Amino acid sequence: MKIVAVTSCPTGIAHTYMAAEALEEAARQGGHTISVETQGAAGASPIAADEIAAADVVIFAADVEVRDRDRFAGKPTVTGGVKRAINDAPGMLDEAERLLAAAPAATATATATAAGPIAVVPPPGRAPSSGGSRLRQWLMTGVSYMIPFVAAGGILIAVAFLIGGPEIANKVNGGTFRGVTYEAVDDISNLFEETGLAGVLFKMGATAFSMLVPILAGYIAFAMADRPGLVPGVVAGLLASAIGAGFLGGLAGGLLAGAVVLAIRRVDVPKAFAGVMPVVVIPLVSTLIVGFLMIVAIGQPIAALTDAMTDWLDSLSGSNAVVLGALVGLMMAFDMGGPVNKVAYTFGLAGLAAGNQEVMAAVMAAGMTPPLALALATVVRSHLFTPAERQAGQSAWLLGASFITEGAIPFAAADPLRVIPSLMAGSAVTGALVMAFDVTSPAPHGGVLVMGLMGRPLLWLAAIVAGMAVSAACVVAAKSLRRGDPVATPPSTTTGIRGPAAVAG
Amino acid sequence: MTALITTDLIDLDLEAGDRHAATAHLAGLLAGAGRVTDLDAFLADVRAREAQMPTGIEGGIGIPHARSSAVTAPTLGFGRSTEGIDFGADDGPAHLIFLIAAPADGDADHMTILAKLARRLVHASFRESLLGATEPQAVVDLIDKEVLGR
Repeated sequence: MKIVAVTSCPTGIAHTYMAAEALEEAARQGGHTISVETQGAAGASPIAADEIAAADVVIFAADVEVRDRDRFAGKPTVTGGVKRAINDAPGMLDEAERLLAAAPAATATATATAAGPIAVVPPPGRAPSSGGSRLRQWLMTGVSYMIPFVAAGGILIAVAFLIGGPEIANKVNGGTFRGVTYEAVDDISNLFEETGLAGVLFKMGATAFSMLVPILAGYIAFAMADRPGLVPGVVAGLLASAIGAGFLGGLAGGLLAGAVVLAIRRVDVPKAFAGVMPVVVIPLVSTLIVGFLMIVAIGQPIAALTDAMTDWLDSLSGSNAVVLGALVGLMMAFDMGGPVNKVAYTFGLAGLAAGNQEVMAAVMAAGMTPPLALALATVVRSHLFTPAERQAGQSAWLLGASFITEGAIPFAAADPLRVIPSLMAGSAVTGALVMAFDVTSPAPHGGVLVMGLMGRPLLWLAAIVAGMAVSAACVVAAKSLRRGDPVATPPSTTTGIRGPAAVAG
Repeated sequence: MTALITTDLIDLDLEAGDRHAATAHLAGLLAGAGRVTDLDAFLADVRAREAQMPTGIEGGIGIPHARSSAVTAPTLGFGRSTEGIDFGADDGPAHLIFLIAAPADGDADHMTILAKLARRLVHASFRESLLGATEPQAVVDLIDKEVLGR
């Protein structure tokens, strides 16, 4: 059988490697193929995604939590401590074989793949791996750490809207809601007094949301360069937020940070210097380089781009309403909270201030479509998504319905080239339909909660459903075309939508 | 890089009442050789690791170890006990005791050496050679050959 294994222990200098050696030795004697990822102090070289995809069974010999466990989801798994692997590695392999025999779907792939010559795969990291799957693995790591922030923050904000009304956002942050102007609460210690529980919940949710991009960027860099990548990655993410570059900026910043750390590591340094490299030099130098690039090389063009887009959109104000609706739809779905999305949303706000309520209705609907479409896609074709994404899909219903477009970011960040165009297509349909139906919204946010205030709310809902269907169909089609992707399509999923669950049994 | 192990870090007739005394004795050798700057701090780190889960494994081996800021270079201390010292393994006391000391800020190269050492410990042939060694230099030679490949 083909085995992938992870070993890890508290200090990561002894038992991690002993367990790895014992497993490799037992696999060699048993005539199995094994690839072990040692998550120890020497730095982990992740097992290539295609190797995980080809594996029949997973062994975790770990006393501390396995990093990025998601990668191994859907495979029969034997779990134990490092000592069990050291003392009785053959026993763990026997258990793996029994598991495999009990999982019929996986056995089919086992016989198909075990026919090749039997050899001990060298320790991880050396195995060839296509650039695309490595990239996807890095992005998935960032996304998997970000998802809980999206879910927790999004649900807190949605609940705040539910109990405090959509104007709670303005009560906390200031601004105008339906003609009433609120002042921002400057002193957070007065928040509960002035805005009540809803305001406090909103603030908590917004704070969690402010970490989305830093966490995404930080853990992308972490996946690439291990611990030294975290500092420049998080800083790149914070700067991406500060310059308004959104999650796409954070994604680029995280990749950049990881690449810079990997490059610095290649530089030969004098021995005396080597000790301070991971703690001082690498974080310092990489943060300097990445921070400078983010602020100067990316920040300024984004500001200029934002201005140019705003002017351009303004110049289109009087033109064909349906085209304008499609356009703001495309923009809302492009970067979900990033600069392009902000331009479209601000355009809607400006319209509202000038007494035009149609554009706001289109903007809001087009911003709700992405999370809702993805929630729908995870239900109708769950096997195309990782377990983490499926969980994100559950909370995306609530986030989408509350016009919290960020609910779609985990999906878009993990697979931008397939997901973003799909979302743009659906949101364009929604935006165009809302304008064609002459729907009006006097409220700048709130989603389905403000339907009661709208003109022609049912047509508005119909436009959203239409866009959802288009985006979900596009996402499913785009993801189905992908071949041999290990994370999303375990070999056994052809047996049915719920395939992975059956394998895990 | 400094040698992983030297003859003055080896005690082939280790006598100690329990695993803490054994560890303290080997740590004393490391301190004497300048590999450990603060003996108490290092022992506290080793104890903290030992408290998480005993480091003994089947086959008569104890591997007290720690990453500690009191350590100057990755170092192995080795003790052999004829009567055995309990390190919490299921199958009885440890006859081979390896004290692994890693610097807190050790880079990947340091850790790779220690990882290789740990991997060798799993092999029965390596353990038997250590049990049969008659003088410290033989232990040093064996470890240099098996771990460092020279």
